[in-house]
Amino acid sequence: MSITDTTPRVPLLDLRDLTVEFATRAGPVQAVRRVSLQMMKGETVGIVGESGSGKSVTSYAVMRILDRAGRIAEGSIVFSGMPLQAAPETAMRDLRGREISMIFQNPRAALNPIRTVGRQIEDVMLRHGQATRQTARARAVEMLEQVRIVRAAERYHAYPFELSGGMCQRIVIALALACRPQLLIADEPTTGLDVTTQKTVMELVTELTRVRGMSTLLITHDLGLAAAYCDRVVVMQRGQVVEDAASGTIFRAPAHPYTRRLLRATPRPGAGLRDLLPEGAPAGEPVQAPPPDAPPLLEVTRLVKAYPRPLTASWWKRGAAEPPVRAVDGISFAIRRGESVGLVGESGCGKSTTSTMLMRLIDRTEGSIRFDGQEIGDIPPRAFTRSPLRARIQMVFQDPSDSLNPRYTAERAIADPILRLGGRAARAGLRARCEELAGLVGLPVELLGRLPHQLSGGQKARVGIARAIALNPDLVILDEPTAALDVSVQAVVLNLLQDLKARLGMSYLFVSHDLHVVRLLCDRVIVMRSGRIVEQGLTAEVMQHPRHDYTRELLAAAPEPP
Amino acid sequence: MSAAQTIPETAPGAAPRPREAATAWRHARHVITGNPVTAVAFALFFLLLLCAVLGPFAVPYNPLASDTANALQAPSWAHPFGTDQLGRDILSRVVVATRLDMTVAIASVVLVFALGGLAGVAAGYFGGWTDRVVGRIADTIMAFPLFVLAMGIVAALGNTVTNIVIATAIVNFPLYARLARAEARVRREAGFVQAARLTGNGEWRILLTQILPNILPIMAVQVSLTMGYAILNAAGLSFIGLGVRPPTPEWGIMVAEGASFIVSGEWWVALFPGLALMLAVFCFNLLGDGLRDIVDPQRRG
Repeated sequence: MSITDTTPRVPLLDLRDLTVEFATRAGPVQAVRRVSLQMMKGETVGIVGESGSGKSVTSYAVMRILDRAGRIAEGSIVFSGMPLQAAPETAMRDLRGREISMIFQNPRAALNPIRTVGRQIEDVMLRHGQATRQTARARAVEMLEQVRIVRAAERYHAYPFELSGGMCQRIVIALALACRPQLLIADEPTTGLDVTTQKTVMELVTELTRVRGMSTLLITHDLGLAAAYCDRVVVMQRGQVVEDAASGTIFRAPAHPYTRRLLRATPRPGAGLRDLLPEGAPAGEPVQAPPPDAPPLLEVTRLVKAYPRPLTASWWKRGAAEPPVRAVDGISFAIRRGESVGLVGESGCGKSTTSTMLMRLIDRTEGSIRFDGQEIGDIPPRAFTRSPLRARIQMVFQDPSDSLNPRYTAERAIADPILRLGGRAARAGLRARCEELAGLVGLPVELLGRLPHQLSGGQKARVGIARAIALNPDLVILDEPTAALDVSVQAVVLNLLQDLKARLGMSYLFVSHDLHVVRLLCDRVIVMRSGRIVEQGLTAEVMQHPRHDYTRELLAAAPEPP
Repeated sequence: MSAAQTIPETAPGAAPRPREAATAWRHARHVITGNPVTAVAFALFFLLLLCAVLGPFAVPYNPLASDTANALQAPSWAHPFGTDQLGRDILSRVVVATRLDMTVAIASVVLVFALGGLAGVAAGYFGGWTDRVVGRIADTIMAFPLFVLAMGIVAALGNTVTNIVIATAIVNFPLYARLARAEARVRREAGFVQAARLTGNGEWRILLTQILPNILPIMAVQVSLTMGYAILNAAGLSFIGLGVRPPTPEWGIMVAEGASFIVSGEWWVALFPGLALMLAVFCFNLLGDGLRDIVDPQRRG
């Protein structure tokens, strides 16, 4: 997008040598170091980086909402000719919301839960004198219409908890755009959303900002997303800008080695699992498909999980009992020995309910779960804890931080299944086994004594994997094991999982919302929607010739770089 | 608009951290030196502890020995806090009373910590009827004015120090049970608890090894905050004539005895034990705030 006016081009936002320091006990730490960045009016710029790169801190510095420990140590921030780095708080308050707006990652947390969404939009407009008491309501409804909320006049009265995540994010966008700001800062606006919702939200943001001639600063960890929706991409690493180029250029010819590494680690069409690792990394064992005649390990037949409907209406108003909600609605599939199967679907499709049922953490309502020829669906979850089968089905959890007891060292966490289920012989060689497992998952042995908060995200993921494979299980359920990780760490962890499978002969059920990640690891995929399986088949076939519309929609929703 | 703001996770060039114990100690030192109020609270706490342990050996006079010739003497060099109506040295009595008041407070808090904490954790973790029973017990206790309830319990069980301890513990039960219940409920669905189920831990083992250790720090803050209240409660019961009996030195009784002399101008009889009481409560409340900073992971950087 080029602006063709004759006036000299003054950037709307001009950061020069911006340095942000945080006071910590170990002395000041520079989270952002000498960052310079210019944004023209009407331009969409993406700041891309992994966690800790300082991308969010940069945007907080522009909004001047750094927390107390942080301060702008050096450099200048000029917004349409106005220096912001030392502007008084009162001036900033007028600026925020009216000239510069922000969208946050978690839309639900950004909305006041006890105020209707319409009133929240009114509040912003009234605060900045953009509407009067008389016109506010009409303006708020108009804003809701602009962010394509269906039946806007009705939704004006809705509370945030009555709306879906995607709708909440649209409300947040309406809030941010209500006062017609010149600059919109979007901090990971779609990270918690499904891919199809991500697409609609991003298209909405780019369209609204283009129509209004606004500038947008998109902060994201996803290079693909930034490249698809931004004119220019700025790559940050450890508080510094390492590359700043047009998004087309950055994809075709990345200049900085870090950008190249990031680009390489991002799952993309045509790249295999090994292609994600940095060049020159030792190649693992070759990826091989399981023999097609392998016996089935897990057979699921017409599995159903139904929850009774919540009692919303009062008892005298309620008519005939409504049918229960069927979170999982009669699904059947099988996993063969040594096979990896992907279970894909968006939030609320029943994939997590399915995996929790297979793990025997909750009861099924109907149907059968046969594991290695035995019916395990009949064993109640509490009894299953003591069953010898417990050791043979294990799980790797979504959030590596949440799934480790904060007071257990890495070694204690890995040892837990051995202590509980391993028997006396295994307990005797505990320390040796823990070290062996640490070696298998590539966790340095000297880190075994550390507590979770002293480990990085990737290291925590390795501890979680080591714990899951400690008892040589036959089936491991991977519940979005890389969703909380940076892409470069995700690449390494996915490769690790592949190597472990080849060495230990396990089967995987990989539960994920992302077809492009599942594709890398799985021989077959199952696509779920509203509790039912809409498509299943060999990965390559489903990816190349999807038969169901929903699968096609999922595939098309992934951001495509220019 | 509010921003969930985080300091970058990995500080560039941060040194690898030493062991946990050393880290905890450094953190405690940081909190104390970083916040002078907490430092004062810790200093007061050690002073109280010193009085409680060494008080009876260090005081200049026998706290029970009366000396009617010197009754109601104003503070002087010989009697810094003055003497009471029987000529007993108030300084000695105030110092010696520390042990009794602290013992009652600590014993009752330990008791309620164990009972209330365990009941609350079980209620939060198991839910269902356990939750209902514990919840209704707590509600019943909360339905009474707490001090009146404590009076009633001591009056019914008998006028002894043990019963003051029991009464104070019962009165504080809902606080602990509710806190523990809320914390356990949050952690019940945490990933690490699910993981523990998968590794073959039974429900009780999960409760004791996974949930309880993780809520202990939060409970510890509550301990400090209720300590002050427990001291006040014990002194209050003695003040109205329940529990400890004269001539035992105890802050509540001393204030009660001194109250009648205030009108006639002998202010020191009630003032100094009252001041001791105030400082003790003050100290524990400040200590609670300091402890919260120590255990709060947000402040750990």
